[in-house]
Amino acid sequence: MNPPALEVADVSKKFRLYRERPSSLKARLIHSRMRAEDFWALRDVSFDIPEGSSLGLIGHNGSGKTTLLKIVAGILRPTSGMVRQRGRLAALLELGAGFHPELTGRENVYLNASFLGLSRRETDAAYDGIVAFAELEDFMDNQVKFYSSGMLVRLGFAVAVHVDPEVLLIDEVLAVGDEAFQAKCLDRIRQFQRDGRTIVLVTHALDTVTQICDRAVMLHHGEVHAAGAPADVVREMRHVLLGTTDPGFVPEEGTRQAEIASVELIWGSGSSETAMRRGDGLTIQVDVRTNEPVADLDVDFQILDGATNHAVLDSRTSSHGISIARFDGKKRVRFRIGSFPYTAGKYWVTVGLSSRETGRLYHVQTQRYGFDVVDAVRIQDRIDVPVDVEVEDL
Amino acid sequence: MRGGAGTVVRTSEPSKLRVRRRVREVYARREVLLNLVRKELKVKYTASFLGAMWSLLNPVVFLAVFTFVVKITNSSFAHFPIYLLSGLLAWNLFSVSLAGGARSVIDNANLVKKVAFPREVLPLSAIGVALVDFVLQTAVLLLFILVSGYGIHLPELAIYPLAFATLLVFTLALTFWVAALNVRYRDIQHLLNIALLVWFWMTPIVYSGFLVQDLLSGRSVLGVSLWGLYLANPLAPVVMGFQRALYGVVLPAGADRPVLPDVSLAWLAVVLAIVLVASVVFLLYTWRRFFELSGDFAEEL
Repeated sequence: MNPPALEVADVSKKFRLYRERPSSLKARLIHSRMRAEDFWALRDVSFDIPEGSSLGLIGHNGSGKTTLLKIVAGILRPTSGMVRQRGRLAALLELGAGFHPELTGRENVYLNASFLGLSRRETDAAYDGIVAFAELEDFMDNQVKFYSSGMLVRLGFAVAVHVDPEVLLIDEVLAVGDEAFQAKCLDRIRQFQRDGRTIVLVTHALDTVTQICDRAVMLHHGEVHAAGAPADVVREMRHVLLGTTDPGFVPEEGTRQAEIASVELIWGSGSSETAMRRGDGLTIQVDVRTNEPVADLDVDFQILDGATNHAVLDSRTSSHGISIARFDGKKRVRFRIGSFPYTAGKYWVTVGLSSRETGRLYHVQTQRYGFDVVDAVRIQDRIDVPVDVEVEDL
Repeated sequence: MRGGAGTVVRTSEPSKLRVRRRVREVYARREVLLNLVRKELKVKYTASFLGAMWSLLNPVVFLAVFTFVVKITNSSFAHFPIYLLSGLLAWNLFSVSLAGGARSVIDNANLVKKVAFPREVLPLSAIGVALVDFVLQTAVLLLFILVSGYGIHLPELAIYPLAFATLLVFTLALTFWVAALNVRYRDIQHLLNIALLVWFWMTPIVYSGFLVQDLLSGRSVLGVSLWGLYLANPLAPVVMGFQRALYGVVLPAGADRPVLPDVSLAWLAVVLAIVLVASVVFLLYTWRRFFELSGDFAEEL
């Protein structure tokens, strides 16, 4: 087996946070001992990345992802520990690093490419591909100060994906451009993977991690909180992410007399992608399975705004006057929302099974499911949203 | 980002500077250096009609103005414009490099924080920009020397490479130093401006080197020869070297006293060689300092 392309061993990083930085000699002389606080951005972080694999690095803001990436890239020095890297490495910490507004698109391509480690000849060879990828054929001789931000980002990414490293570090730069361009970027990443390159991807887009990474590492307050299969780590991440704003958070609980077998979110269009447009119809389809006969099942859901963690919409079978009779086996419950009216953003869905009589929980999956709404105006208040319910035997 | 397919290990220890290896690393990323110099020049002259012509215009105007001034004031200083420019261009290379070098790291903070590359590239690019101006302006001066009929003084010109090498090494050493220190103490760039002003007048650029020699020779304070002390300013022998190479004559025809210090070419060469060796040692020190501090630039900015 090949040695790992990247070894991170017990890496810790301490930052000194000065109340006021002694950035002049005078300050330095007068306050010979500055008041400083130590902040550990990373503590004993270790993991290996096998050659040719893709690792997703996730964690909430301030968890140390970017610091770690900078240490791996050689921009920051670890306070202790070691990073061993084999092969040529390129780090995309910022798209279009060093772009200068006064220079033309063409000149900036060469400048930026040299920062990413391309020689002039390599850039010459890649130039047409870069321009085509960015779709900026007609603008390369314009100064980039006349570019729109979207054009800048496209050009930056186009250069970035034409570098030819064995190890590629990407920090949160995929979430750029319109959907078509994003798809193009993801394609390019997949191409890198097929070519057997090693990729470390830092991102907030958890779905991207499950889609393209072989493994994921979750950092939490500078420590490795979870590592392993992307789906598991992402699930853990969702729990922790929401758990921090809700201390009483329990991801899954209940007596399991009845269980949630599966939950599916289906849009009006019939697709079950994770993104929808405001105003689309949404159906939450809950399949229930009993472990012993249940006589008083009540099925409910709640939708939370991911930004505020407030419930924006909920409903339950009993409030619609539906009394599910005693049964043993499987049932399917569909909550139909004619038109989901809320603003663009992330939403979480909690689904619960409980007793109509006692309120006792059979099974609750708290914020286990999520979806994104794109393109909308923000509605702050709770509003009345009609929900239809239907129950069928399976 | 170290090129090649080797293994790179990063630890908490600031790695020791290994000059040969580091030179190779910087050379491997020469594209960044060239592009930065190109960028600086481009930005400097962008949206200006004459572009790089401005660089050339500067010495042309100097030559014209001083030729005129010398004429109307009936100054006894023979060929003052050539004397002035041969020293001034060397000084400009030095001071422009230092001023640009001091700001080079902080001006490129965004790059330093986001991209890994040998940080030496930043002060080097400041020197590169100054060097381009120097070459253009020296070409103007040489043209003037030839066209005006002043002519080249051949044995003296041989000292030019030595003076130039000494200037370059000393400039490099000091630029690395101020670039690294300025990241932590922003006072350095203000201090530098004042220091350069004093330094300029401590160097025989505008006034005749012989005057200083005449004034200070034989005098000493606490057993230290004042003329020796004056020459301890590395820029003094360097500028004298440039003047000797281009102005050429110690005692111009018809003048009642020498313009350049009355020393032999060999003596000047020896002094320059000593300064060169000392500058190399100084460079090794400042480069090491820069190298050690550069690991923390991304954090300090």
